[in-house]
Amino acid sequence: MDEALKIDHLYVSYLGNQVVKDISFSVDKSSLVGIIGPNGAGKSTMMKAALHLIPKDKGEVQIFGESLKKWRKKIAYVPQRSDIDWDFPITVFDVVLLGTYPKLGLFKRPTKSDREWAYECLKTVGMETFSNRQIGELSGGQQQRVFLARALAQKAELFFLDEPFVGIDVASEETIIHILRELKKEGKTILVVHHDLSKAESYFDHLLLLNKNMIHYGASEEVLQPEVITKAYANQFSFLQPKGVNVTS
Amino acid sequence: MSIFEFFQALFQYEFLQKALFTSVIVGIICGIVGCFIILRGMALMGDAISHAVLPGVAISYMLGINFFFGAVITGVLTAIGIGYVSQNSRIKHDMAIGIMFTSMFAVGIVIITMMKSSADLYHILFGNVLAVRMSDMWITLGIGVLVIGLVVLFYKELLVSTFDPTMAQSYGLPNKWIHYCLMAVLTMVTVASLQTVGIVLVVAMLITPAATAYLLTNRLSVMIYLSATIGVISSVFGLYFSFTYNLASGATIVLVSAFLFALAFFFSPSQGIVWKAYKSRKNRLELLEK
Repeated sequence: MDEALKIDHLYVSYLGNQVVKDISFSVDKSSLVGIIGPNGAGKSTMMKAALHLIPKDKGEVQIFGESLKKWRKKIAYVPQRSDIDWDFPITVFDVVLLGTYPKLGLFKRPTKSDREWAYECLKTVGMETFSNRQIGELSGGQQQRVFLARALAQKAELFFLDEPFVGIDVASEETIIHILRELKKEGKTILVVHHDLSKAESYFDHLLLLNKNMIHYGASEEVLQPEVITKAYANQFSFLQPKGVNVTS
Repeated sequence: MSIFEFFQALFQYEFLQKALFTSVIVGIICGIVGCFIILRGMALMGDAISHAVLPGVAISYMLGINFFFGAVITGVLTAIGIGYVSQNSRIKHDMAIGIMFTSMFAVGIVIITMMKSSADLYHILFGNVLAVRMSDMWITLGIGVLVIGLVVLFYKELLVSTFDPTMAQSYGLPNKWIHYCLMAVLTMVTVASLQTVGIVLVVAMLITPAATAYLLTNRLSVMIYLSATIGVISSVFGLYFSFTYNLASGATIVLVSAFLFALAFFFSPSQGIVWKAYKSRKNRLELLEK
């Protein structure tokens, strides 16, 4: 099978402290991978460093056996909600249209077909009736759907989502996971930073369990064994019961 | 003096025409650049850069070169210095700004008082739009064309890197370069505004019209047009008051823009304090009737 993403010995420091240590794993094309671990485990940091959004100390990242640079425009990143200024004067539709920018290149404006495609993507996430609203007027779940639509508009091969399910309604969560599964069927590769262990197994084929170090990477049911999980959540162990309990971070 | 008489004077006096022309351009470019400054949370940075231009202007005077060059150099150096201090120590961004720009400003004041009369300092600090020379007018026009051209050409990149810098970076936009280019543009805008509003009040022209527009629309493109229009209105009416009552043009222009901001703040259809209060009162009364 095709190897979509390969990370080799990734180390990242923040303010002089090593927060990600020696992470190595590879993801096959057409899979849906969850990145889990306790609060402060370096999940988001690892994802950002893998995408060269923050500097790393050491490590190699390969996309389909090539450098990240070559694939940049084919990688969609959905940021954490807290990274966005929700008062920004931009409409829902214009947020989705941003997804068409990477392929446009300098000096070019989105064409009519780009706009139609963006509208299509907005429909896919069921947000077309909100097209002209200012982005901050929506609920958390709706905002997350709009950002997913933007990622769809990018026609990416790889999707990186940072905590997409935090503080959103059930309906939006279902819509999003449904779309991610569809993407997987279409042969896309999706990585999701996630903190809710209870749903991890039903959502993802593979899980990467982190706590600064790499604890385990493998099939979901394998990673969610109590003896594996405890290695990462050692100090939160008292809250943890085998499966079905939401370990909030 | 009535507006009519002001127009008559406008046809009569060349100095007034030049003043109006430069003020209008300054209104436009401050309005445009101001939108990006406030949306990037850099209002304080705008204040810093505009003040940091002073030593550059002073040194240019001393060397007898056009103050444009000196201003851009010290402006950009200050921007880099602020970034360097805040990224390499526990000093926060706003502290770094406070330290750097006041120091630069102080250097400028010392140089100017050492070599020239205080009248020059007064004009640089507070503007003297009625003394605009032909060469100043051309510089302002040149900067205006450049700024508008850059924003039109790179609108897409400016929008993404302002709204979602992480996405911009993830698909390969050079955020740092965009930041420093914007700082360079900011110093140029300051230079262009030197004679109209003066160093001390440039920041008002950058922030107030843009903030007014911010209260009136939910689209960046509309915000930019609105902000430029508000900038022009402030400049024209400010100039009128300045000429009529013999007041410092910088002050009158800024006051007009502040007045427009107050109007938007209270009466903006979506964000205005007055409508919000009216709507919530109406809602409460309706609930009571039920």
